[in-house]
Amino acid sequence: MNPISTRTPKETQLLVARSLRRRYRSEFTFRALGVLAVSLGVLAVFGLFGKIIADGASVFRQSYVTLEVNYDPAVIDPEGQRTPEALATADYQALIKAALREKFPGVEGRANLRELYQLVSSGSFLSLQRAVVADPRLIGTRTRLTMPADDSVDMFIKGQVDRNAPVAERRLTDQQVAWVDRLTAAGILKLQLNREFLGNGDSRDPEQAGVRGALLGSLLTLGLTLLLSFPIGVAAAIYLEEFSARNRFTDLIEININNLAAVPSIVFGLLGLAVFIGLFGMPRSAPLVGALVLTLLTLPTVIIASRSALKAVPPSIREAALGMGASQVQTVMHHVLPLALPGMLTGAIIGMARALGESAPLLMIGMVAFIVDVPKGLTDAATVLPVQVFLWSDLPERAFVARTSGAIIVLLVFLVVMNATAVYLRNRFEKRW
Amino acid sequence: MTPSLTLLALLGLTAVAFWVGRGRSLATVGGPRGIRDLHSLPGHYGMLTALWCAAPALLIATLWWMFQDQVLMGLVTSHLPADQRALPPGEFGLLVNDLRNVVAGNATLANVPAATAAAAAEYLQLRGTARLALAVLVLALGIIAIVVVRSRIRPDMRARNSVESAVRALLFLCSLLAVLTTLAILLSVLTEALRFFSKVPVTEFLFSTSWSPQMAIRADQVGAEGSFGAIPLFAGTLLISLMAMLISVPIGLMSAIYLAEYASRRLRKIVKPLLEVLAGVPTVVYGFFAATTLGPALRSLGENLGLEVASESALNAGLVMGVMIIPFVSSLADDMITAVPQSLRDGAYALGATRSETVRQVVLRAALPGIVGGVLLAVSRAIGETMIVVMAAGLAANLTANPLEAVTTVTVQIVTLLVGDQEFDSPKTLAAFALGLVLFIVTLALNAIALYVVRRYREQYE
Repeated sequence: MNPISTRTPKETQLLVARSLRRRYRSEFTFRALGVLAVSLGVLAVFGLFGKIIADGASVFRQSYVTLEVNYDPAVIDPEGQRTPEALATADYQALIKAALREKFPGVEGRANLRELYQLVSSGSFLSLQRAVVADPRLIGTRTRLTMPADDSVDMFIKGQVDRNAPVAERRLTDQQVAWVDRLTAAGILKLQLNREFLGNGDSRDPEQAGVRGALLGSLLTLGLTLLLSFPIGVAAAIYLEEFSARNRFTDLIEININNLAAVPSIVFGLLGLAVFIGLFGMPRSAPLVGALVLTLLTLPTVIIASRSALKAVPPSIREAALGMGASQVQTVMHHVLPLALPGMLTGAIIGMARALGESAPLLMIGMVAFIVDVPKGLTDAATVLPVQVFLWSDLPERAFVARTSGAIIVLLVFLVVMNATAVYLRNRFEKRW
Repeated sequence: MTPSLTLLALLGLTAVAFWVGRGRSLATVGGPRGIRDLHSLPGHYGMLTALWCAAPALLIATLWWMFQDQVLMGLVTSHLPADQRALPPGEFGLLVNDLRNVVAGNATLANVPAATAAAAAEYLQLRGTARLALAVLVLALGIIAIVVVRSRIRPDMRARNSVESAVRALLFLCSLLAVLTTLAILLSVLTEALRFFSKVPVTEFLFSTSWSPQMAIRADQVGAEGSFGAIPLFAGTLLISLMAMLISVPIGLMSAIYLAEYASRRLRKIVKPLLEVLAGVPTVVYGFFAATTLGPALRSLGENLGLEVASESALNAGLVMGVMIIPFVSSLADDMITAVPQSLRDGAYALGATRSETVRQVVLRAALPGIVGGVLLAVSRAIGETMIVVMAAGLAANLTANPLEAVTTVTVQIVTLLVGDQEFDSPKTLAAFALGLVLFIVTLALNAIALYVVRRYREQYE
């Protein structure tokens, strides 16, 4: 006997009501899970950016000490020769030490003096050296000079270490804390815009380390990458989209491009190491090799974007040009390409943004060296921003955590600018046919 | 003449060639008024001349620049004193390295033996001569081409056809580059890997469970024998990828479903790009976050719960990698879900299904092949991801399934084997290429399967 027929209508109603309640409950759960997933994703975005900005924002200001430095001829050039070698190798550290002693006349004894000297960044003498070598007439004069304070002083001033923490953790002795307080009260020690961070190359001293070298390395590498991958990518896309007959070979090229787009970037680094450095003997750590590797890496992205830009140009444009007697090459070069160019450019910028953040293949070709000098050409040893982040993140000094986050902020600013340009270009020039 | 100066000069000459060709074509028909007698536009004659001027010269120059170092190094080292040429390969490599350093200006002449210094001087001198000769050759070729082509220009010359076939050939070559890249990857990685397998048997590499690539520097060193069993690396890679998938697949899929089926248009417009921001963040940033923030946090959390969590645990790297892959999964799943025809949903609603029932029993089932393809792509990305694991995962090759312990991955080992000083011949360096080969093959296979599945699925509803 059919079981349904034994139920009274009342029972059926109850059954449906119960199952409906269950179904609505599961509907609610499902929806809540969706909200949870979306909020977790959004939380990850804000967590990541919030943490980086909170850590990195402090790096754009730095504690500076203003001292009156006496360019003492007896210290710089006791023989009075004024030869470049003598000027370049003089003991400029002694000038800074003298200026500090002058500020704190009461300090005596080797240990105390050493503590005093530690307040100022140990790399500061370099700027004195540069100034004197550039202009020897400074010798014998007195000038007020602003130089970065040591990183432990800097962290103390910014409140990143607790005043009451034990000395080992604070990294400043009680005496040094008292001096720092005196200097701060006198307005000699204060926070200013961090010129070193944006103006210097890498350094082992956190207060002297900057991103300029990495930034220029990135610009050189990316510039050449764009110069190579944009024309080649556009040309390949034009061939595949406008000229090629559909046959096995073009299918092979297509599959190839799609697969290359998903090959791990580190494999491109292996290719660069084996071919460009191993086979062709190109220099290690050079932006030239980095650009070649990144070109191969971004090429699939550029080709795919350019092809879809070409696809978006309606066939009527081509037919009109062909109808007027233009050759196929003329049709493409004079009519289709100009219309597709903004879309291609958008794709290229997105590809470049990917290349800017790429570091694994560049590790392979040796762009990870500790490089103080700012690169001047395509074959100079250089590093790039993401690799600089990687290098700094490995260093033990706590002050480098802020520097790493600062470098990430610089990197992200560039990425945001590039992506915003791409979006702007798309909105400005996108045509709906 | 430095290479860039030579290139610049050639560029100038090419511009001249264009004007010469263009002017000549007009002159043959008696100026602009006779232009109707020309077969092609004057510009085409100009371009033809420019092409003949630049193309052969560029080809020769590029070939020379590619192999200049090998040729010069061969010449210079063959002139070294006999006792130095007879050095064993390792020491000879060091000598060549010294030589390169002197040539690049990284080391001064005072720090190297006299013979090396002399060789370096010879190298520099040869390079100078070669550069000058190349510049002369390139420019001479260009000028000859201009003269020859100019003398051949006639009104009935089919310049446009020639230029256009050259353009087509160029375009074709550019598209061939993608295939060449794949071939180059395969060949370069394969040859190095084969050299590795001639020193270490394939079976040991693939099936042995002990990985410690430290090679002896001295013969009598303790632990001199390097062992290259890659199983722990594969296991570590899989463990971390699994962690990443456990995070990214549920979150990515659920947010794609929510944004596609439930969210208002406004919310979707705000949240979707926000999630995609995660895909644009460089992976070093994730690595830094994992190493400095999440790692210590997990560790102290583990301490509070009474668990032993390694600071470079698989969980740490996997979690962060999962976050990185969320947008990847969600945007692919979103594509697949929106590709399901509305009629299927309408049918389900008409039968009285709730929204979630429609999604689970109709939409997801219809989109399943595409979503599986997307997840496979995500897995291949997780396997190939490098920076996060280099910064957040460990170096020790532990064979474990416990995500709280430190494991190492294929990519981490490639980086540690190849960064820093290295010699090209040691199994230690070559092992990286063998690992790279495995990585390349596995990701290629995953991609091929995924693309196939996705394409089949897409065609179904088109």
